[in-house]
Amino acid sequence: MVASAALAEIDAHRAAGAALDIEQVSHAFDIDGAELPVLSEVSISVEPGEFVALLGPSGCGKSTLLRLVAGLDKPRSGTLREDEVRITRPHPSRVVVFQDPTLFPWRTVWDNVALGLEAQGILKSQRHRVDAALDLVGLSDFRTAYPHQLSGGMAQRVALARALVNDPKILILDEPLGKLDSLTRITMQAELVSLWQRKGFTTLLVTHDAEEALVLANRVIVFSDRPARVKADIRVDRPYPRHRGDPYLADLRRQILGLLGLDATW
Amino acid sequence: MSTYSLSDGLASGAPRLSRAPLLGSWVRESGIGILASVAWIAFGLCCLWWEDVGDWSRTHSLGIAAFVIAAVALFGTVGADYLGPAGRALRQRAPWLVVLGVFLTLWEVATAKFAWLPLPFFPPPQSIIEVYTDDLPKLLDSVFASVKLQLGGYLIGATVGFLTGVSIGWSRAVGYWVHPVLRFIGPLPATAWLPIAFFTFPSSWSASTFLIALATGFPVTVLTWSGVASVSNAYYDVARTLGAKPSFLVLKVAIPAALPHVFVGLFMGLGSSFAVLVVAEMIGVKAGLGWYLQWAQGWAAYANMYAALIVMSLLCSGAITLLFSIRDRLLVWQKGTVKW
Ligand SMILES: Nc1ncnc2c1ncn2[C@@H]1O[C@H](COP(=O)(O)OP(=O)(O)O)[C@@H](O)[C@H]1O
Ligand SMILES: [Mg+2]
Repeated sequence: MVASAALAEIDAHRAAGAALDIEQVSHAFDIDGAELPVLSEVSISVEPGEFVALLGPSGCGKSTLLRLVAGLDKPRSGTLREDEVRITRPHPSRVVVFQDPTLFPWRTVWDNVALGLEAQGILKSQRHRVDAALDLVGLSDFRTAYPHQLSGGMAQRVALARALVNDPKILILDEPLGKLDSLTRITMQAELVSLWQRKGFTTLLVTHDAEEALVLANRVIVFSDRPARVKADIRVDRPYPRHRGDPYLADLRRQILGLLGLDATW
Repeated sequence: MSTYSLSDGLASGAPRLSRAPLLGSWVRESGIGILASVAWIAFGLCCLWWEDVGDWSRTHSLGIAAFVIAAVALFGTVGADYLGPAGRALRQRAPWLVVLGVFLTLWEVATAKFAWLPLPFFPPPQSIIEVYTDDLPKLLDSVFASVKLQLGGYLIGATVGFLTGVSIGWSRAVGYWVHPVLRFIGPLPATAWLPIAFFTFPSSWSASTFLIALATGFPVTVLTWSGVASVSNAYYDVARTLGAKPSFLVLKVAIPAALPHVFVGLFMGLGSSFAVLVVAEMIGVKAGLGWYLQWAQGWAAYANMYAALIVMSLLCSGAITLLFSIRDRLLVWQKGTVKW
């Protein structure tokens, strides 16, 4: 099969996951002179290859934390480390997939996926990796299409391929499936798990869906309201593929929704 | 396949109904072509039937040409099915051929034949044809001079404007120094500089090039700048996490994202540079279509003026068309762009 050949291709320069240490990180924004605290002494230690889901009320600071991990912003205090090296700027070993696919509309699907390799100046010798990444997300037939010709799910798959082609050590996902219809979502959740299992990168996934967190992650971290602090850190020791009806997961889900203040409805 | 059997069934039922609709569609498709040919025959007859009120040498040739066009319109539209794309194109333009034929007939009758319109100011079609045949060398020289001046000034202005716009949009320091200058000088119509430019520059040609570049440069700068400034930060974030350096952010993110704006600026610049070109040629440069117009006015040669105006509008329209096709090529990724 094409897809398995593609996987072998990517496995050839497989990058195992990196460890991530978030230590006493606090952050705030200035809004009209007033200080808005967003993260309050957040400490999380992620092992290489772990799949960590971050859950929390909307606006609590999850995306802000991901931007700090990506190196797009600097925290007010505290440190972040990738494999013991302090994170000070973006690096292609930590790639973000945002909620909006943010494909470059002026580039074809192939050129969008090639973006990272091109930016790093290694595209000439590595073109096959782009083809492999496109095979992996099943969009080889659309390599010459422009983003406006894609459906939402396809665009998000291209964004995923654009991230994966760089063989990241840490894959950072900010509600990447949030806007998809439920069917596409379930399919892509399964694809995500199988990718993660094969490639072994460390994954940080922000989601607002407790069920999604439980189906995908080893570990679910629940944040408080803004400013976000870690409220609970839950291990999910269940084999994959997981079933949504699993009573163990259902129990965890009830716990998590309770932590988010939704126990009355459930 | 099921679709085939469906259409077969329709086809077998068709012959009984076909005669009347076929005639109808034939009239619809070829009728306008016949009408066009009638209009052009009328034009030709007008040329040859009555005597001209003045002395024009091309009346006879024009009449013959009208009959030729009438024949082409007739056979081209009636036989369009055998002529491929050319036939289809002709059929599609047939309504315009009708209007054009009627307009030329009226023009001919109102000027050359009965002089309903006052004569020196409203020359007949044949006198304009006469300009194109008898005054061709001078007209071509003028076209060449105008194109050269316009092209040089426009390319300089567009390049400088684009680079300035990108620099202001990208660098705060450049913006600090250039922005006030741009605000102060930019809105001034470039023609206001004419008197100064013509005695400070070494030649009227370099002065006009400068003015055309100025007229082009301002809108291109402003729109490139606003294009670069309005690029969503999300694009930069994506590129940065993928390992992009600043040069990549400018060349591969900011500029392509700003390109639709840049083209708006290029179109605006083209329009205002035409105006400067014509004025500069009328006032200072002793060549070009603007000068030709001025010269024709001096001799009260109204036919020459109309002839030059027609050429000028063809050139301007051609330039816009060229710019549109460059844009369409560079911005294929945009959906729903206007067709020129
Ligand atoms: N660049 C910014 N400037 C000012 N405030 C911001 C900025 N980014 C986020 N915020 C604020 O920080 C808070 C947390 O935002 P975010 O991290 O996006 O939340 P979420 O957990 O929903 O992803 C919000 O109240 C938001 O308004
Ligand atoms: Mg968010």
